[in-house]
Amino acid sequence: MIEFSLWDIVRNLLLAARWTVVLSLVSFMGGALVGTLLLFMRIGRRRVLGLFAKYYVELFQGTPLLMQLFLAFFGLGLVGIDVPAWLAAGVALILWSAAFLTEIWRGCVEAIAKGQWEASSSLGMGYVQQMRYVILPQAMKIAIPPTVGFSVQVIKGTALTSIIGFVELSKAGTVVTNATFQPFMVYGLVALIYFALCWPLSKSSQVLERKLNVAHRNH
Amino acid sequence: MFDYAWLAQYWPVLLKGILVTIQLITVGAAAGIALGIACAWVRSLGPKWLRPAVTAYVELIRNTPFLIQLFFIFFGLPSLGLQMSEFQAANLAMIINLGAYSCEIIRAGIQATPRGQFEAGASLAMTPFETFRHVILVPSLQRIWPALCSQVIIVMLGSSVVSQIAAEDLTFAANFIQSRTFRAFEAYFVSTAIYLVLAILLRQVLIAAGSFIFPRRSGR
Amino acid sequence: MSLIEITEVRKSFGANEVLKGINIDVDPGEVIAIIGKSGSGKSTLLRCINGLELIDNGSISVAGAGLLPDELHLKALRLKVGMIFQQFNLFPHLTAGGNVVLSQMVVRKTPKAEAEAMARKMLERVGLGHKYDAFPDELSGGQQQRVAIARALAMQPIALLCDEITSALDPELVAEVLGVVRELASEGMTLLMVTHEMKFARDVCSRVVFMHQGRVHEIGKPEEVFADPKTPELKQFLGMH
Repeated sequence: MIEFSLWDIVRNLLLAARWTVVLSLVSFMGGALVGTLLLFMRIGRRRVLGLFAKYYVELFQGTPLLMQLFLAFFGLGLVGIDVPAWLAAGVALILWSAAFLTEIWRGCVEAIAKGQWEASSSLGMGYVQQMRYVILPQAMKIAIPPTVGFSVQVIKGTALTSIIGFVELSKAGTVVTNATFQPFMVYGLVALIYFALCWPLSKSSQVLERKLNVAHRNH
Repeated sequence: MFDYAWLAQYWPVLLKGILVTIQLITVGAAAGIALGIACAWVRSLGPKWLRPAVTAYVELIRNTPFLIQLFFIFFGLPSLGLQMSEFQAANLAMIINLGAYSCEIIRAGIQATPRGQFEAGASLAMTPFETFRHVILVPSLQRIWPALCSQVIIVMLGSSVVSQIAAEDLTFAANFIQSRTFRAFEAYFVSTAIYLVLAILLRQVLIAAGSFIFPRRSGR
Repeated sequence: MSLIEITEVRKSFGANEVLKGINIDVDPGEVIAIIGKSGSGKSTLLRCINGLELIDNGSISVAGAGLLPDELHLKALRLKVGMIFQQFNLFPHLTAGGNVVLSQMVVRKTPKAEAEAMARKMLERVGLGHKYDAFPDELSGGQQQRVAIARALAMQPIALLCDEITSALDPELVAEVLGVVRELASEGMTLLMVTHEMKFARDVCSRVVFMHQGRVHEIGKPEEVFADPKTPELKQFLGMH
């Protein structure tokens, strides 16, 4: 049996952590894109589109991410293509992130006072103008802290893609454990690397939130 | 293209998985919320020397994936001599996970308590702990109950990964069925639908529990 | 011809009929105070004139054009009639100047330089020329309300609707806002205002409308209405003020 030094273990984990980062970025940005689309359907004035977005969100928030990954993996397979794990992982995580971001952002749009709609109406603005010049600029500002906070959920969510065979930090943890028989240390290190990725984001979300609250109290 | 004939033969497997998932979340929610209350007390009102430890626990759990927490408990802890069954490990992981999240939620509820409540308790000669126990706690929980319900549901849905340490929950059942029938998509489709129903029912149960525990509109 | 014609207007919220057939004609340059208890329907009436609430029955026309509930007609109406709110409703992410410029540019498509010149002129007019670059949260309530007036004026409306515009202000700030309104009135602006400022109504308004339970209960010149109320309801209402 080959001996592994601590450095060997850490190096292997860090190399795999790159894929955690890449998948997180892709999922978050893709999710933001799809989420924006869903948000406009959700808050728009077309009832059918609004209901579609509403049920989309409920479906993705009401079922396990792991199941969504399985369904993407085996569902895309049914269409006839041999699905690589990274594709299923990306698709599922993008759709999942989109649902949560839509809901977060909808809350921010609805948090804007009714008077803002009325004042802009009374000045003759139409729905699109109100959204573009009055509502969204304010909603985007209050959306920043919870959106940053959600990015932590995305990073943690990528851990599940190891189960369908995508090789990222968690999968590397399992592989290295099987080679070294040191689960306590290896999973401890894996947890620390995740913590190093997530904690700065959590913290900045909290700081941003606090700043926003202070700014609000001055009104 | 789709074939659900296997359901006739395998529904008892699914049912057993459902029961395990329900068992996991029942114990997990009760113990997790209790742990959360204890931690929230420490972080907002408890002894100062204990606070850094609780803060570290909360931050560590909230910034690492549940899957890794589960693996650490099930594969890692035995090397310290802590052996446990798959079910026990799964449940422990859920309790620890929910404990950290609910700590933060409950703490927010405690912090929203008007100062006068603490002062009124003190003026009636209650100790700080008695004030917390009898005056602060219930209205605080009522304030954040909806957020707590959502977190319990998130933990229930997240529990699907306990199948990875061979705890025999609903996802484990789906894995088992797909390995026997080779109807992977259908097996996961059905179990996803069951999870959705479980999530909806769980929310109803928690809301009902809320109106049972908090019969009056206090705390607003 | 009347500038604003309100004919048999009815409005319900669910089973609750708030306006039960309102008739008022407003001539150009008139200043009308609408008084009455809360829940008498006076704010709802103003909101209907601006199309913020849609009426169930009757008609409202401004300068000969009827109020119809589609976006094009509403926009045309709102270009003629400005509205000032109790809670100011300034856009918090824009400066005072930005607040006044925005709707000119996006609704009227006024070029930027022209809109800014207009904004300066209007802020001057309400005495806030020096606050062009201030954000709403840096202004007092009275200043915010004056910016809101400038914002409405910049759209060059032929009439202004004022919905309890001093009710959210600290007492010492009321005068500066009413001063601006008084000036507008003397310049010939047509004004419809829901107000609790009885002294102001008596001094400045050409007519007073007393609303009670969704109807126009009494209407007339301020000296008649205040000095010689005809109905017990108005007597009781004035007794309280």
